[in-house]
Amino acid sequence: MKKSLFPALATLAALVAVAVTLRAPRNTSDYDVVGFSRLPTLVNGRVKPLDTVARTTLLLTQGRQRVTTPTGATLTPGEWLLDVLYRPKVADTYQTFEIVHPDVLALFNLATTDGAGGKRFSAQQLAGRLNELERQSKLASDVESAIRTPFQRGVVQLRDSVILYQRLQNSLNDTTSPDFFERLVRFEKALPAGLAATAPRGGTNPSASEDAKLLLEMSTVFSSLDSFAYLRTIPSAKPDDPTGWKTIGGAWADSLANGRIAPAALTFAALGRAWQLHQPEAFNQAVSAFRQSLDTAMPSVMTKCDVEARFNSSQPFYTSATLYVLAFLVAGFSWLKWPNELGKTAFAFVLVAFVLATVGIGARMWLEARPPVTNLYSSALFVGWGAVALCLVLEYFFRNAIGSVAAGLVGFATLLIAHHLSLGGDTMEMMRAVLDSNFWLATHVVTVTIGYSATFLAGFLALIYVVRGVFTRSLDKATADALTRMVYGIVCFATLFSFVGTVLGGIWADQSWGRFWGWDPKENGALLIVMWNAVILHCRWGGLVKQRGLMALAIFGNTVTAWSWFGVNMLGVGLHSYGFMDSAMWWLIAFVASQLAIIGIAVLPLEKWKSFRSTAA
Amino acid sequence: MKTVLRDFRDFFVSLQLTVALLVFGMLLVFAATLDQTNLGIWGIQQKWFRTFIVWQDIRGISLPVFPGGYFIGGLLLINLLAAHIARFKFTWRKVGIFLTHVGLILLLIGELLSGLWQEDFHLRLNEGETRNYAESFHHNELVVTDVTDEKFDEVVAIPEEFLARHTSVQHPRLPFRVIAKAHYPNSFLQSRKPDGSPTLATTGLGREVVAVPQPITYKTDEANMPSAYVELAAADASPGIFLVSTGLVAPQRFDSGGRTWKIALRAKRIYEPFSLTLLKFSHDRYAGTEIPKNFSSRIKLTTPDGRDDREVLVYMNNPLRYAGLTFYQSGFANNDRTTILQVVRNPSWLLPYVACAIMTVGLCVQFCLHLFAFVKKRRASLSASAVA
Repeated sequence: MKKSLFPALATLAALVAVAVTLRAPRNTSDYDVVGFSRLPTLVNGRVKPLDTVARTTLLLTQGRQRVTTPTGATLTPGEWLLDVLYRPKVADTYQTFEIVHPDVLALFNLATTDGAGGKRFSAQQLAGRLNELERQSKLASDVESAIRTPFQRGVVQLRDSVILYQRLQNSLNDTTSPDFFERLVRFEKALPAGLAATAPRGGTNPSASEDAKLLLEMSTVFSSLDSFAYLRTIPSAKPDDPTGWKTIGGAWADSLANGRIAPAALTFAALGRAWQLHQPEAFNQAVSAFRQSLDTAMPSVMTKCDVEARFNSSQPFYTSATLYVLAFLVAGFSWLKWPNELGKTAFAFVLVAFVLATVGIGARMWLEARPPVTNLYSSALFVGWGAVALCLVLEYFFRNAIGSVAAGLVGFATLLIAHHLSLGGDTMEMMRAVLDSNFWLATHVVTVTIGYSATFLAGFLALIYVVRGVFTRSLDKATADALTRMVYGIVCFATLFSFVGTVLGGIWADQSWGRFWGWDPKENGALLIVMWNAVILHCRWGGLVKQRGLMALAIFGNTVTAWSWFGVNMLGVGLHSYGFMDSAMWWLIAFVASQLAIIGIAVLPLEKWKSFRSTAA
Repeated sequence: MKTVLRDFRDFFVSLQLTVALLVFGMLLVFAATLDQTNLGIWGIQQKWFRTFIVWQDIRGISLPVFPGGYFIGGLLLINLLAAHIARFKFTWRKVGIFLTHVGLILLLIGELLSGLWQEDFHLRLNEGETRNYAESFHHNELVVTDVTDEKFDEVVAIPEEFLARHTSVQHPRLPFRVIAKAHYPNSFLQSRKPDGSPTLATTGLGREVVAVPQPITYKTDEANMPSAYVELAAADASPGIFLVSTGLVAPQRFDSGGRTWKIALRAKRIYEPFSLTLLKFSHDRYAGTEIPKNFSSRIKLTTPDGRDDREVLVYMNNPLRYAGLTFYQSGFANNDRTTILQVVRNPSWLLPYVACAIMTVGLCVQFCLHLFAFVKKRRASLSASAVA
């Protein structure tokens, strides 16, 4: 048999596609927007590039990173941020606020036809009725977040988005000054004289009193900038002390003390002026000069910002998700035709997607200086990663494309979940006090998450068994036996990891809360997974179930795991309820219902199974 | 007769029973988790786990609805022990399974013991304040103190449970009987109207303040405020009926039989053979946010005999273990100038560690045995098919 070149070519194509996404982003205009996007700022306790701020804000307000202007042009997140910061009037016309609830639209006298894509609206469109939004969200805030109606949730979410947007607009630029940079320069010149004039024994020099007036005006401007600003862009004097980062307004006290404006404040004002007056050379010069000073002052911070911006633009998890879908389709097709070539291709796709996801998770770990799982978002990434790793092992041993199909399915599903979780804001958050322990995050959380992965994988393998067995003729005896061994092996693995993970959690709880076990919802969730895996194993050992029963039990493991992963967070009680979610409840119910339906199909008598009809007859 | 006995034994050693108990256990855990939204974490432990039968109020009637944690856990323990005695033959191939089950038996026993022995207290300290006792979260006591002698107090503490049962208590150190006339597990206090709304109290603060019963709360951010009307009765001159409540800050003084007394209802106290002084409480936040980064209490620990006189730092994930008690950073109040420590006494705290270590080793051994056997077989069959 001639060796086919197809797998090698397909793998090469996948690698090229990945390489393309990993290229450094390039500027789309004369402005060095890419360089600007890499500049650091402190937001929510973490130093991050402006690029991250732009992207997470857009995800939060409109659920996607792309912005389309009213004239139809497409903006990068960095360009959009520049307009928000420095050309607020223009940015107000961009439709970047997603509103889906019809009653919320009605508050603004808007119809779906007024919005881009029927659901995105501009700040200008909202401007007239912001007071009403504020009033409605005050009413809604009194209601506990768990029992708010969709309308109330929509109102509160929109209000938060609008406030975030307004705070961004008031971060680097004083909207009341026609030329903020010019005013700052003038102010810096006037500062010594102005200070002298306001001093108790000030002279009567008329120009000095002019300076004093400017000083007073500017103090108002600065204090309002300090109270509204979202970004802390004035770098800390000590590179490793994040508490030193200040807003432009907050750096004002230092200006009074040393008689000069913070250079970073001047740079950002100069950038704004160049952006407003369409002067790319001045803009690029300001970016590169500021960048040079930062490179000498805080090289490690800048390296992190560069890597993070690059990570943002290459979107490894998006590429990885696409490859998982491809792998799933190719591997599924291999059961019908060309098992060898397509099987190899699918395996290669899974491998490339897995390596890419590994690099992505590794980059996040390095940026955060944390173990892989720190919040619900990263747990979704890691559950998928762990399951795919197990699939690769299975596929290496069995070579029947089942591992690849399962990998494609779980890999894509978990990345999809992760994408939806990322709409809540920056996914690299600071850890709350009790969770601030890398040792326990690395041991307990990682182990328990691998337990989730394995339990899910066993369930998904069982799904493949049922779907292939009932709806196709492709489940021959060898495949069925192989699947059974896979499910059994993975359940054993899942029992080990979920048990050890739960125990480590108990030890952590004993260290920090004073009891090994407290029947907290998250603990109970983990316990349920352990118990269910124990049920499966004992049923198998006791001969209470055969192949199909094992599969049905393994599928129910999916619902148990989904419950303890997401369901317990929805209760909103307990010490672990740090990952609260509003709206995923319906998805959870739908998932559980689908799994129960498949269990129903699994217990159909053998003669209804297409694959077994002949053997049963 | 023999067959009945055999059936009996077969039932208790069977795997079916194990599976059934595990499934019942899961249902119990699941239902208890859901019930936390109503009862809170303390309430569900009493209702679902630390009981043989789960009772549920259905239209005012208390009905048994489910086997409780003691029932299921106990049967599981019997099932495990019985199966090992009757069925299990030790072989090296099964050493992992054996260890896992031994660990599980220890774990179940450990959970039972900590349910019986573990006590939780809390300790509130303002900066600069020194204390040598902690207060219980859930238990209260009626305290009658003889303060006649200025040099020492003689304290008689009666657990709140006696008040709830309305029993009459005659303590040898008290010249009067203590009789609970009324007891409210939760209540609020309000001043008595001048026209005189009815009250049971005949003396003390109870003539100006009345207790209004309230339903028990299970919310984590609310506390119950028990109150009681307590009669102190003697053969000759009875002091009368007092209103006592945890809501009344200072104890009430009275004179009886030529001696001076104080009476109060307060949180049950555990006195420690050492004292703690809060030097400084710190509440660190991440830069530019309200997200807490760390809570820590710098505390001075001193013993009366002077052997220990040192500073300790209690912070998140780093408790102080001393003299059989463990102190955890649990909260703060009063603009970050007061620390709240949780104090736990659990003599069986080590047992779960041992049990889990044994189980983990057992599971690892068993898993590795399986894995090596599988890989070996797979290699053999692959090379066989390659040869073929």
